[in-house]
Amino acid sequence: MHEVIQYISSYLTSDKTPGAAGNMFWAFVYIMLVFLGLSVAVIAMNWLERKILAHMQVRLGPMRVGPHGLLQPIADAIKLLLKEDIMPAEADGFVFWMAPLIVVLAAFTVFVVVPFGPTHAVTDMNIGILFMLGVSSLSVLGIVMAGWASNSHYPLIGALRSSAQMVSYEVAMGLAVVSAILMTSLNASGTGTLSMIGIVQAQLAQGEWFIFKFFPLGLIAFFIFAVAMVAETNRAPFDLAEAESELTAGFHTEYSGFRWSLFFLAEYSAMIAVSSIAVTLWLGGWLRPFPNWLSGETWNQIFNLFPGVTFLFFAAICFYNTVRMPKHPLFRIQTLGLAGFGVVLGLIGLILFYPPVSGRMQDVFWFSAKVAGFMYMYIWYRGTFPRYRFDQLMQMGWKVLLPMGLGVLILTAGVALLQEYLKQIWHL
Amino acid sequence: MTDPNTTLSHLDPVAHEKPFLDANELVINMGPQHPATHGVLRVILHLDGEKVLGLECVIGYLHRGVEKIGEHRTYTMFNPYVDRMDYVAAVSNGLGYCETVERLLNVEAPPRAQHVRVILTELNRIASHQLWLGTHALDIGAITPLFYTFRDREEILKIYEKYCGARLTTHAFRIGGLQYETYTGFEKEVKNFLTFFRPKIDEYEELLTTNRIWVERTKNVGIISAADCIAFGVSGPVLRASGVKWDVRKAQPYANYKNFDFDIPIGENGDTYDRYLVRMAEMRQSVRIIEQAVDALPEGPIMAKVPKVMKPPAGEVYHSIEAPKGELGYFIVSDGSTQPYRVRVRPPSFVNLQALDVMCRGQLVADVIAVIGTLDIVLGEVDR
Repeated sequence: MHEVIQYISSYLTSDKTPGAAGNMFWAFVYIMLVFLGLSVAVIAMNWLERKILAHMQVRLGPMRVGPHGLLQPIADAIKLLLKEDIMPAEADGFVFWMAPLIVVLAAFTVFVVVPFGPTHAVTDMNIGILFMLGVSSLSVLGIVMAGWASNSHYPLIGALRSSAQMVSYEVAMGLAVVSAILMTSLNASGTGTLSMIGIVQAQLAQGEWFIFKFFPLGLIAFFIFAVAMVAETNRAPFDLAEAESELTAGFHTEYSGFRWSLFFLAEYSAMIAVSSIAVTLWLGGWLRPFPNWLSGETWNQIFNLFPGVTFLFFAAICFYNTVRMPKHPLFRIQTLGLAGFGVVLGLIGLILFYPPVSGRMQDVFWFSAKVAGFMYMYIWYRGTFPRYRFDQLMQMGWKVLLPMGLGVLILTAGVALLQEYLKQIWHL
Repeated sequence: MTDPNTTLSHLDPVAHEKPFLDANELVINMGPQHPATHGVLRVILHLDGEKVLGLECVIGYLHRGVEKIGEHRTYTMFNPYVDRMDYVAAVSNGLGYCETVERLLNVEAPPRAQHVRVILTELNRIASHQLWLGTHALDIGAITPLFYTFRDREEILKIYEKYCGARLTTHAFRIGGLQYETYTGFEKEVKNFLTFFRPKIDEYEELLTTNRIWVERTKNVGIISAADCIAFGVSGPVLRASGVKWDVRKAQPYANYKNFDFDIPIGENGDTYDRYLVRMAEMRQSVRIIEQAVDALPEGPIMAKVPKVMKPPAGEVYHSIEAPKGELGYFIVSDGSTQPYRVRVRPPSFVNLQALDVMCRGQLVADVIAVIGTLDIVLGEVDR
């Protein structure tokens, strides 16, 4: 018993990820936490997307289930789980059954290496970014399988569109990623890293986020990635694979109930995954703003307040809306519910002020905040842009983003070499 | 493309282009239950991958036999039925029918009635174009304009509701004039709407006109030449976007359109983008017409002297008006009895829909959606 406790508690003083420290127990805990956090994020994203999109479109969005529709995603989840499991008679049963599993597995597995903080990742792989790109592109397989197994025209076209799109945007995406990885090697030892944690630490060591590195090269690479990642996740304006006005629902036309919800889950977690890559590579991952410039204990204390203040702000919004609720008795439960939600958020905020907690949660907070920014952009795109046509999409991928990516890669390498060369002649 | 031998034989599957490298031709049923076919249109698409080789429209899912019903109703009783054809432009349908019967009876509606008719019809044109804009943009993937247009269309429907009690199938006009006098404050409300609506057109345009993706999706898509338009009998904004300056309001003025000053916006290329611009400009022109009509609204009777039991003299008459979607014509044959001997409607949607095949050949599936949207068809009118 004593050994077990020691085994468990020994990790707490370690500064490695549980995977890297070889601690199975904590690795398991982290996997569970990531899984839980991701599910909650998808649920929250579902509600936020509907609400934000609705407010962009001069309507209210869900308002009935729970206060301001807060319970709507849960109601939807229950509905989906209780639905009859339909498989088309002509479908290829096994492949039809496998497809959503592959998609959802690919979407969740990538989170093994996502660094929420220097120690907050399931594991730290030395090929982290390759692993992420590789595994996340496996979901193409699932989508093609879904389209093929449905044995129907719309899903087939949707799947083919989707696979062509994802494969061609991966090329531009890869080039942008390589140019960021090149930047990690600009240190004393001259060796770069593919580890997700290493990439963020390189940004800390070099004193700037890679988006600002070699301005505007880092920015262009980030832009290429930011466009490609929208295409990669089949979201508007690149949502041709599920263009509802053309292909009804694209590759998942024949899916319903639980299987469909797996696709939904996979889509949203894939969005979070690619946003995490962008955040890690260009926006300094878990680093708070100005970690070098505004360093020191005082600044650390000030920035430690941010997570708590954010949650208290959310709680304040809840209380403000509680006051604005109609005073009719019918709304009593909703008002109480909203107030309760506000209290929960406020309590989380207060806990986050507790120094040990705030010190440890700091990284996770900044990482999530940056990812949340990308999530908002996704919704914003959806509310603003019309949909690209297939040939225009391909044109954009191969004729615009790919040459841009190549150019940025070559220029980055050139500028890096030049920098090293100048350093040598001036210092020697 | 303009050769009638190839364009008009599209129902023959042999006539269209063969797929690349003898690949299998993919035949897809788009509709009748499809989110982007604007009702119950069924389009059989022949595809080579994503490229459209040819298509056939299958219609009739919404057929209610309106024309046949007309033969069994008196002239007055048939009036509400025409509202159900193009249900988003019910007022225009009513205007066309009432004017046709008035010509048959040889009566003319009094000036005040004419003015109110013009106001309501032009409001209807705006409402119809708003609905077109919202759904068209939705088809192309921009979901937001739909809600903006519906928000503003609501104001028009409120005016209708206050005027005649109905919002959609209004039955606003009667043969010989109007049933109802305008309500108190009608002029003021219409004017308020105009001041409210003018900046809204700019708002729609801001969302779409210079939007890169929108321009890419609509420019050079679904091109139809002026000659093709005329050969197919296409009318309305689709014809005008191809560069033909033909508007029944100017060419054969009805109601009292000749008293109002307005322009006919035309396009150049006959592509989807031009049709979009033409309709946007038409909304602005409608605002101009309504403004003049409200300012010059005369006092006086609203109903001409028409017999209680209408028995038009035997004969036939064809009369057409410029409905929001094109030339809406009524051909009525009277045998001197209380019921028409034959009612034939020339619906603009039905005729415009025939050009779909020519406009879509060689384009992609996504363009078919854009073209169906830009033709602005209403299946209630196509099938009648």
